[in-house]
Amino acid sequence: MPDALLQMTGITKSFGGVPALADGTLSILPGEVHAIVGQNGAGKSTLITILTGVYRRDGGTVRWQGREVDLRSPREAQAAGIATIYQELTLVPQRTVIENIVLGYEPKTRLGMTDWRAAEARTRAVLGRFGIDIDPHRPLGSYPTAIQQLVAIGRAAAMEAKLLIMDEPTSSLDEREVQVLFGVIRQLKAQGTSILYVSHFLDEIFELCDGVTTLRDGRTVGAARIADLSRLDLIAAMLGRSAEDIRSVGMTELSGQSRAEGGAVVLEASGIATGRRLRKLDLTLRAGEIVGLAGLLGSGRTEAARAIFGMDRLTAGTVRLADQPAAITSPRAAIAAGMAFLSEDRKTEGIIPDLSVCENLTLALLPRLARMGIVDQKRERRIVEGFIAALGIKAAHMDQPIRQLSGGNQQKVLLGRWLAIEPRLLILDEPTRGVDVGAKREIQAIIKAKVKEGCAVLLISSEFEELIEGAHDIVVMQEGRSVTRLSNPGVTEDRLIHAMAAGAPA
Amino acid sequence: MIGTLLRQGHLAVWVALAVLILFGTLRYDNFASAYNLSSFLGYNSMFILISVGMCLVIMTGGIDLSVGTVAALASVVAAMLSPLGLAVALPAGMAAGLAAGALNAAMITGLRLPPFMATLATMLAAKGAALWLADNRTVPVDWTSDFTALGMNKVADLLPWTILVALVAVVIAWVVVDRTPLGRTILAIGGNAEAAHLMGLKTRRAEVFVYLFSGACAGLAGVFLASGYGAGQPLEGAGWELAAIAAVVVGGTLLTGGMGSVTATVAGALLFGLVFNLLNFENGRGTISLSANWQSVIRGAFLLIVILLQARLARPVPKT
Repeated sequence: MPDALLQMTGITKSFGGVPALADGTLSILPGEVHAIVGQNGAGKSTLITILTGVYRRDGGTVRWQGREVDLRSPREAQAAGIATIYQELTLVPQRTVIENIVLGYEPKTRLGMTDWRAAEARTRAVLGRFGIDIDPHRPLGSYPTAIQQLVAIGRAAAMEAKLLIMDEPTSSLDEREVQVLFGVIRQLKAQGTSILYVSHFLDEIFELCDGVTTLRDGRTVGAARIADLSRLDLIAAMLGRSAEDIRSVGMTELSGQSRAEGGAVVLEASGIATGRRLRKLDLTLRAGEIVGLAGLLGSGRTEAARAIFGMDRLTAGTVRLADQPAAITSPRAAIAAGMAFLSEDRKTEGIIPDLSVCENLTLALLPRLARMGIVDQKRERRIVEGFIAALGIKAAHMDQPIRQLSGGNQQKVLLGRWLAIEPRLLILDEPTRGVDVGAKREIQAIIKAKVKEGCAVLLISSEFEELIEGAHDIVVMQEGRSVTRLSNPGVTEDRLIHAMAAGAPA
Repeated sequence: MIGTLLRQGHLAVWVALAVLILFGTLRYDNFASAYNLSSFLGYNSMFILISVGMCLVIMTGGIDLSVGTVAALASVVAAMLSPLGLAVALPAGMAAGLAAGALNAAMITGLRLPPFMATLATMLAAKGAALWLADNRTVPVDWTSDFTALGMNKVADLLPWTILVALVAVVIAWVVVDRTPLGRTILAIGGNAEAAHLMGLKTRRAEVFVYLFSGACAGLAGVFLASGYGAGQPLEGAGWELAAIAAVVVGGTLLTGGMGSVTATVAGALLFGLVFNLLNFENGRGTISLSANWQSVIRGAFLLIVILLQARLARPVPKT
């Protein structure tokens, strides 16, 4: 076994007396892709921010290339060869690709001016190495997110980083872009660069990583080679439960539902289209039923949800809601008709960051909370209290700004926001994406309970388990059209994949 | 209560206000007098008005640069109509402000112009309109009508009518922000406009409201100006918009919108007025003699100190 590139041992860190990290240990070999997994609040971010010099550790040791080091600032960490690609890109979109690659590390001429010829050469070399064919003189912002991310990685490579930290790098990429990114990562690895990979997507970790470190409650509870682990083992370690336990109750909290027979039709969409992305969708949804919407990225699932919710104008077809003769042409009308739509993008379409948990939770309910134009705050707080308890939202108090909550808890607040209006149709677009495993199960349990009460749910999910275990029926979409409807029980992952790929039930 | 203030970062401005009042009371004999209180409140009522209007605009993530020249325009309109009495001149001045607000709202919500650009255009237009109406001169008011009563009379010889009217605007703004769906919508737009729309909130209506409200406040401030100083002044009001923005910021409202406090904005406005008031007293003692130019420098220094204090008090809780 070669010597570790990085060895963090017994790291501790508290914030205001609250321990965030009690015993963090992380060991990364040269040239490996190492995953770090754990629920939100397990201490992943704290461990990484200590490594990158943003926070100082309270205790423990950090050995870097065999020597004990003390990285006191991000600049020191970078100089040592530790580069970070953040979730939110931290480059300058208005400036050119070249400027972004060399920013802060510009090659100089003898007169001390920036040597743009050398800078361009360096940029072209890096881009060429990754097979990225773009014009380096154009502003970075004129390229899609995926390219910007690759440029950020290119920048790190140009700085000859030995360890590259990637925090949820695929969260805004589509399938093809993810594969390009993975190619670049594999190439970096082949050249001896180590990657620390943080992701909620277990599939990615199994596809890409060599080793994995699991954190739980501020402690490292396991470090293993990926090849020695099953998915179930990993989830069990993150949750602190046994694999048998999880196997017996199913992978998701959505499993084991019985179908409420003979529910009234709540929604009937026939032949709806809004443009190129949504060409023709037929969908019937009954009370007490979960219908899944499956399809590859770009198959029109989100567009279907937007069309039903009145966000995009229909160019063809009709959406009929029970007891609702008028067409739904705006989100406001949709809400008034008893629809709710938990959208996929929590940050841009969901939370109002500076408003409190309470205010965020009652936003859709506001018209009904007002009496003579004044919000009934007593009733509001009572309702919010109820949801915080029922959904297990972890917040210091309901007046805490929502931005301070973890992703999973933010998602629960947003779910609560929609449950508060007591919808008869709940559209959920990737309801458990980007939340930790524990919160995921809780969210699934809430959905299940709601369906039992008679709510109709349209579930869009990229996770096969969620769809197969959760949905009574699955409508499969391809290139903007609904192509088939699979019925549970009897849907298997193979059948679903086959339907998504070929458009015919296997 | 204090805990809530601390977390919201509004405490600094109240602390600064209390410290200055204590300082003035201990140092100057006539500081805590009825006369000083009365003239202080009278002078600052205009400033409070436009700051509160500005506060609501900034909460949506917008800005209203037109308040100063709109106030000047309203003062001219009110002065010209002063022979007809307060009952005509006051609504007319407010109407001038509302018209400017409507213009802003139309450009911002209709044409989708950035608030900075739209209100800059209105700022220039209002200045031109004021000078044109006034024929480049100050417009004296009719002293024989009841118009000057608003700006000069006091309740119980202590509280100027203008501060009471300003207080009504403050209460309206506070109730709107703290108690109504409209107020939540205002904050939601500033925080995340896209999400607010998706939530079915009436975002357009809220934006129209804040610019109308700000315009009305500026118009009313112009009426105060004409009534209190006996003339419509087309060139007054330059820089008021920046003073109002400063008061809003000192009150802990983020320029990016999405959060803020009406009451802290009032405290911010009072704080700046108080610095000015104290400097006058200091000049009166004869120990130093600071020109108006220096007062501006000192106000700037105050802005800096309060904002630094705020940043320290409201340090965010680190995430694990």
